[in-house]
Amino acid sequence: MIEVTNLKKSFEEHPVLEGVSFSIAKGDSVVIIGRSGCGKSVLIKHMIGLLMPDSGEVRIGGELLTGKNERELLRIRRRFGMLFQSAALFDSLTVEDNVAFLLRREGKMTQGQIQKRVDEVLEVVELPRTQKKKPSELSGGMKKRVGLARAIVYKPEILLYDEPTTGLDPVVSDSIDQLIVRVSEQLHVTSVVVTHDIRSMRRVGKRIIMLAQGLVYVEGSPEEIFSSRDPLVHRFVNGISDPKENSF
Amino acid sequence: MPQFIRTFNSGLVQLGELTLLVLEAFRSILKHRPDGKDFLYQLYFIGVKSQSVVLITGAFTGMVLAAQAYFQFHKVKMDTGTLALVSVSMCSELGPVLTALMVAGRVGAAMAAELGTMRVTEQIDALRTLATHPVDYLVVPRLMATVIALPLLTGEAILIGIISSYAVGVGLMNIDGAYALKNLLYYSSAETVFQGLIKATIFGGLISIIGCYKGLNCRDGAEGVGRATTEAVVMISISILIINFFLTLFLSRVLAP
Ligand SMILES: Nc1ncnc2c1ncn2[C@@H]1O[C@H](COP(=O)(O)OP(=O)(O)OP(=O)(O)O)[C@@H](O)[C@H]1O
Ligand SMILES: [Mg+2]
Repeated sequence: MIEVTNLKKSFEEHPVLEGVSFSIAKGDSVVIIGRSGCGKSVLIKHMIGLLMPDSGEVRIGGELLTGKNERELLRIRRRFGMLFQSAALFDSLTVEDNVAFLLRREGKMTQGQIQKRVDEVLEVVELPRTQKKKPSELSGGMKKRVGLARAIVYKPEILLYDEPTTGLDPVVSDSIDQLIVRVSEQLHVTSVVVTHDIRSMRRVGKRIIMLAQGLVYVEGSPEEIFSSRDPLVHRFVNGISDPKENSF
Repeated sequence: MPQFIRTFNSGLVQLGELTLLVLEAFRSILKHRPDGKDFLYQLYFIGVKSQSVVLITGAFTGMVLAAQAYFQFHKVKMDTGTLALVSVSMCSELGPVLTALMVAGRVGAAMAAELGTMRVTEQIDALRTLATHPVDYLVVPRLMATVIALPLLTGEAILIGIISSYAVGVGLMNIDGAYALKNLLYYSSAETVFQGLIKATIFGGLISIIGCYKGLNCRDGAEGVGRATTEAVVMISISILIINFFLTLFLSRVLAP
């Protein structure tokens, strides 16, 4: 479904991705982990064509994303839903208008159907009766959940989640994780989750990809990753800092 | 590379990107049905909310122009030419230019700040993931609104400018109103007015294209937004003044009776 081949990207001489390759099968749930600043958000933005690589390519269901112009990309992006790390809600619109955004623009459903669908989805993310609120009136965790609602409301085939549970309390985190699992199982979506949260890694990931030094450092099932003897992986999953980094 | 070549280079790049944005906007207007509600909102924000600014600018420009013209004309006993001078300069130059400069400060800055904030908070990226082209959703309604609002606002500024110059000239300086009006009508042709309105339309396009361009290409952080806003206002104002000169040369030839 998603094939990333030898992806390279640098920002003004500062290399971030230096030849990342992997592929994700249809219906799979993959978790991408890695240290803060290692390029996870950059990678996920390449998968949906928000950023274009310096070299290498991304294919979605066999179709090449790389090098397409914005209009062609819009059609391909309709197959995606994406939750941004910062939620990225439209702050001039209400929660309801945010969630209904794409459905209203497509104009394929009646206002009544859209309203019903939005109410359902807000119920699913446990935010009933927030329809008329503006994003500035919501807490960080609530914004994330509205972002999630906006991404799943139009039933995309592929869902990209950039840190869906960061900054949420453990109870809500658990319910978001279960939601991700449920959505991927019921709707057979392919999901890609970027996370730092060890618990959500276990809960949502069928496969884990760890990025380090601009490359795919290891790839494997959660069991393999958690029992890994590699010092970098071991320290990451157990949350142990490198003694050399604590030198001051 | 020496500094001036780099500046020249980035100027050319900006010009190229602005042209591409204009082309994309036209393509979008022709191919994709613009959203009526957004357009109306922008028209309201740009047209209705700029009223006070435009009225004050028009009125006081007309008044000061009438007073100064009277002082000079009075020396050569041409008092009744005062209103004609005000009318011609308001219609062809001051009306469109001053209106556009005032709207640039209000609306161009607002566009750059709004779109710039949307960019740095990833809202533009979110728009793109929701299968919506930023030009369709953000640029086109603003472009159409300024292109329609600017000629109307300019007409209003011209009208209020002439009325207030009449009040100053006839009411304060005791010019003969009938002769002054006759001269006004004699010297202000339809072409003069038309020239002003064409200019206003072009300035309208300029304001939103540059405002949106600066916002969409804003750099990260609060500083980036601030800089985009300033740059937008400066660039719009400078280009209005420069383009105005060439438009005057061009239009006076094309519209010459
Ligand atoms: N638009 C950009 N311009 C310049 N540099 C960028 C840009 N976006 C990201 N970077 C750089 O790329 C690197 C990776 O950033 P990225 O946001 O992908 O990290 P991340 O792995 O998602 O980290 P976190 O877990 O903290 O979200 C960082 O060093 C960042 O400075
Ligand atoms: Mg990130």
